[in-house]
Amino acid sequence: MTFLDLDAPATPVVAPAAVRLRQVSKRYGGPAAPTVLDDVSLDVAAGEFVCLLGASGCGKSTLLSLVARLEPVTAGSIDVVGGRAALMFQESALFPWLSAGQNVELALRLRGVPRRERRGEADRLLALVRLEGVGRARVHELSGGMRQRVAIARALAQERPVLLMDEPFGALDAITRDVLHEELIRLWQEVGLTVVFVTHNVREAVRLAQRVVLLSSRPGRVAQEYAVSIPHPRRIEAPEVAALAVTITDRLREEISRHAGD
Amino acid sequence: MPATDPVVAARPDQSPDLRSLEAGLDALGRRSARRRIPVLRRCLRSALPPLVGGLSVLAVWQLAVWAQLKPAYVLPAPTDVARTLADQWQQGHITGAVWTSLRRGVLGFVVSVVVATPLGLAVARLRPLRAALAPVLSGLQGLPSVAWVPAAIIWFGLSDAAIYFVVLLGAVPSITNGLIAGLDQVPPLHRRVGQVLGARGLIAARWVLLPAALPSYLAGLKQGWAFAWRSLMAAELITFSPKLGLGLGQLLDTGRQLSDMSLVVTAILVIFFVGIGVDRLVFAPIERRVLRRRGLLAGA
Repeated sequence: MTFLDLDAPATPVVAPAAVRLRQVSKRYGGPAAPTVLDDVSLDVAAGEFVCLLGASGCGKSTLLSLVARLEPVTAGSIDVVGGRAALMFQESALFPWLSAGQNVELALRLRGVPRRERRGEADRLLALVRLEGVGRARVHELSGGMRQRVAIARALAQERPVLLMDEPFGALDAITRDVLHEELIRLWQEVGLTVVFVTHNVREAVRLAQRVVLLSSRPGRVAQEYAVSIPHPRRIEAPEVAALAVTITDRLREEISRHAGD
Repeated sequence: MPATDPVVAARPDQSPDLRSLEAGLDALGRRSARRRIPVLRRCLRSALPPLVGGLSVLAVWQLAVWAQLKPAYVLPAPTDVARTLADQWQQGHITGAVWTSLRRGVLGFVVSVVVATPLGLAVARLRPLRAALAPVLSGLQGLPSVAWVPAAIIWFGLSDAAIYFVVLLGAVPSITNGLIAGLDQVPPLHRRVGQVLGARGLIAARWVLLPAALPSYLAGLKQGWAFAWRSLMAAELITFSPKLGLGLGQLLDTGRQLSDMSLVVTAILVIFFVGIGVDRLVFAPIERRVLRRRGLLAGA
């Protein structure tokens, strides 16, 4: 059985697209400014888990900002089902003046959930990320992994069909990251989210994604796509994961080497 | 081929390993709760050093009196000052003056907060307003507000309005600048989270920007109170009129006119202790609470 099939269409054609990028380009400044993203077209199916992979300077974080509508595109179009997407960052970016539960409740309030329903809904979401009874804790009392789970609960509170994640586990230790990988896959399957996950860690991408999209750097373009058909539960140490990671890493190195003369 | 059979794999009770692993990590990673120090020890710990400092000053003062460095009408003994304080207290001058000044100070401070807060918000957020007003506000903060007293007297006469004018010009720049600094220092990541959560305009100001700026705003309020208090004393010292109530500044000036050094020192001490009292009893607890909740207080 092979886990890598370059000829197969990488996107399942049956499901409707949850995120659709058409020839998206991004420059900061005038036409003379360097192009960050160049002619990126990408469909993410509803319920799909896609990892965007690339070296620094490939514009993967920029791409997420565009999809989240934090910045305008220079050219092309982006459609997101449900209008807007939830977005998580490398740092939990929880508000330190609120408790863990209040952080989740604020997202509910800004979504327009009535006051009397907020507490119960926040408790439910915290339980979903297995943080029962942590609602009253201050942010600084929580470990990095717990903060990221509260951040996941806050993102889920927005009730967007699409969850964008910008290297959300990059600052965590290996054991915690491993646990959160498992937790995220569980949530993805349980809640039925569409996830677009940005990382520069090849193994992490293969561990999580159904499809890995490799971006080239300066300008960012889609260099190659890999369908990952290793069944869950996966382990980051599994030989199938390692084998595919080697293939993708080689391709990534090739991309980076092209910039040797820059 | 995408992942299969999501429902079965997702049952939480089917992955007890993950659950207990997570619980273990959480228990190990959580910061231990704050140790509570007994109230008596805490009071002793925070009150003892300033007490020792105060007693040292008193000792040096008494030594200077015993050494007869200056005649008694220039350098009264601590006991003389204590007697004056007791006399003035019994005649009700001290409490009356403290209440008059404190009422003016608090009212002037509250009006300053009401003026300075929207002003700071507007200057921080509106670019043209900032370009025009930010240098003026910084300049005003450096200008001793006593410099406004002559202008205030010419414009408003010897009235309460003149006093409040000076207090406002003393306090407003500090509070405004504190708020502006706080808003400038809101981490860009927090702004972005606010945007992602759908907070815009005034909603973002209420739920993200103002809470984020609170520590700096509080520091501005604290400084604003100090400036209001010292401006008030300068104004009271100069605007001496029977029409006006007798405040601490006026008490101080009475001492000068009578060449009663004991009364002068008494008034200075009362002004000092009222100013520090408001800072310690009102602002310090609020500030401590805010910083502790955010994990910004060392050793707590």
